Amino acid sequence: MNRINKLFQQKQGNILSVYCTAGYPLLDSTAFIIKALAKAGADMIEIGIPFSDPMADGPVIQKSSDRALKNGMTLNLLFEQLIDLRKEVTIPLIMMGYLNPVMQFGMENFCLRCSEAGIDGVILPDLPLDLYLEEYKSVFAKYHLKFVFLISPQTAENRIRLIDKVSNGFIYMVSASSTTGVRKGFSTAQIDYFERIDNMKLRNPRLIGFGISSHDTFSVACRYAQGAIIGSAFVKALHGVGDPEEKIRKFCHRILKK
Amino acid sequence: MNYEVNKKGFYGEYGGAFIPEMLYPNVRELQHHYLTILKDNDFQQEFRKLLKDYVGRPTPLYYAKRLSDYYKTQVYLKREDLTHTGAHKINNTIGQIIIARRLGKTRIIAETGAGQHGVATATVCALMGLKCVVYMGKLDVERQAPNVLRMKMLGAEVVPVYSGNMTLKDATNEAIRDWINNPVDTHYIIGSVVGPHPYPDLVTRLQSIISEEIRWQLKEQTGNENPDYIIACVGGGSNAAGAFYHYLDNEDVKLIAVEAGGKGIDSGESAATMVTGRPGILHGCRSMLMQTDDGQIIEPYSLSAGLDYPGIGPIHSYLYKIGRAVFENATDEEALTAAYRLTRLEGIIPALESAHALAFLDKYTFKPEDVVIINLSGRGDKDMATYIKYMEEIKD
Repeated sequence: MNRINKLFQQKQGNILSVYCTAGYPLLDSTAFIIKALAKAGADMIEIGIPFSDPMADGPVIQKSSDRALKNGMTLNLLFEQLIDLRKEVTIPLIMMGYLNPVMQFGMENFCLRCSEAGIDGVILPDLPLDLYLEEYKSVFAKYHLKFVFLISPQTAENRIRLIDKVSNGFIYMVSASSTTGVRKGFSTAQIDYFERIDNMKLRNPRLIGFGISSHDTFSVACRYAQGAIIGSAFVKALHGVGDPEEKIRKFCHRILKK
Repeated sequence: MNYEVNKKGFYGEYGGAFIPEMLYPNVRELQHHYLTILKDNDFQQEFRKLLKDYVGRPTPLYYAKRLSDYYKTQVYLKREDLTHTGAHKINNTIGQIIIARRLGKTRIIAETGAGQHGVATATVCALMGLKCVVYMGKLDVERQAPNVLRMKMLGAEVVPVYSGNMTLKDATNEAIRDWINNPVDTHYIIGSVVGPHPYPDLVTRLQSIISEEIRWQLKEQTGNENPDYIIACVGGGSNAAGAFYHYLDNEDVKLIAVEAGGKGIDSGESAATMVTGRPGILHGCRSMLMQTDDGQIIEPYSLSAGLDYPGIGPIHSYLYKIGRAVFENATDEEALTAAYRLTRLEGIIPALESAHALAFLDKYTFKPEDVVIINLSGRGDKDMATYIKYMEEIKD
């Protein structure tokens, strides 16, 4: 069974998924960060493929992407860094990035390398649903990769139903009409949206992402979904001096309040 | 041949709408409505009336006698430089602001490089009383100070963009991010034939007024509506798309697009996407794109900020692929020389962008009877600092 399905089967709530940018803060940080996150209690990890023009990302992830590219990160190198990781890490791993670097690498080649590295799922926010269904669904299936779709507060109900129908891992619920990044708390409109989606009784589990940065926002998100995704707040937590493993441990503990 | 986008917004393999889900409702709304609105009688009446009374259309098609004598052929200039705000950009912004109002939008955003599209957007926002936010790379804000002041005087908020290389590509990223954050009340007026479907088609149709006028104007002046050549500069490619549009089906009319060769296409410092790029996805569409082997976008270079874009409209990638249009390029120096030549022979100071189209006259020998139309997309006021700097070096 795919590790993503297994996770949601074994754990119904309070799932913590953390996003990190590959090659940030240092070129060879990626494997270390993944191991430290798994050790510190993260349930799933999204490995961000850096891109020069990340249009759905706020300043924190933009800067980490820039840094990673300056450090020399490429998809080829990333796959090399991941190759032995599965000996130590058992939680689900997801690759997240923009379409162009993946297309230049070759979609089939990308999926093959993902599967060799033990990747469980892929998020490509700018790959349109219809193109996925027409051209790429079979490729992802061939390599046993779950393709994860996003929904936002503006996504129409019939489209959410369609996305639910074609998904078989989880649905990434974008918490607000926004790019990635830290905000303070949730508005009433956001809570209404969380409730509305929760009441739709979708067949796929949901994780809420964008704007989750603290124990409080994480807990609220977990009330309306199976868990939450943290990106910018984690990337920010890696800033500055200090033992990185300790920073990661502290970060996870702060969110989970262990 | 069919030169229109298909239902999914593709010209052959180019185009489409590669957007994150957060933009889907906005883009879908536009896809659903744009053709209905464009074909609506009331829209056409309002659009045409504003083009006539406010923009100053039709712009003249001018037989440039001294330039024709110099190049020993028949050169006509389509005078988009004489429009209100000084470039073809306003044809698009007038059309899009009427659409935005019909969709009930109250806030307008735009990206700009040289500032011409920003000024054209700020202008129509002032005209319609809508709030206007223009994203502009911080480097361009510094390089194009007069246009920044014009936008501010027109009431627009100019937001300097510090991400990436702080130029047009990054301003576009930031405008897209704004739209993601403001999906309900905001319309994004893209300035060129780029972006997710329907923008390339929408902007092409709004700019097609250029070739619509050329047809009857040339017939009036020569008895024949078809020239032998139409030459236009391309960055994203909106003035070229507009100048080519009504002639696409007539293969006797040769279409020539001139990209910015910068310091030379082999120098590594150019914006010649067709020569140096390959297919890729940026800003929501698939088209030719300047990029590394890893698919990271390469920052282009041109002395003219309006051609300084790493991609090109999908319609142009398609015309290039099927061979309907020829893509050439002119260097900074060739464009400067051409600008001075037009100024001295005809008393017209062209925009540095348009000077790239003029530079093609030096690269090709036309027959004496050939009718050659150059789309003079903008005027050179904004480029005076650059022109003055090179005055000593140009001796012709």
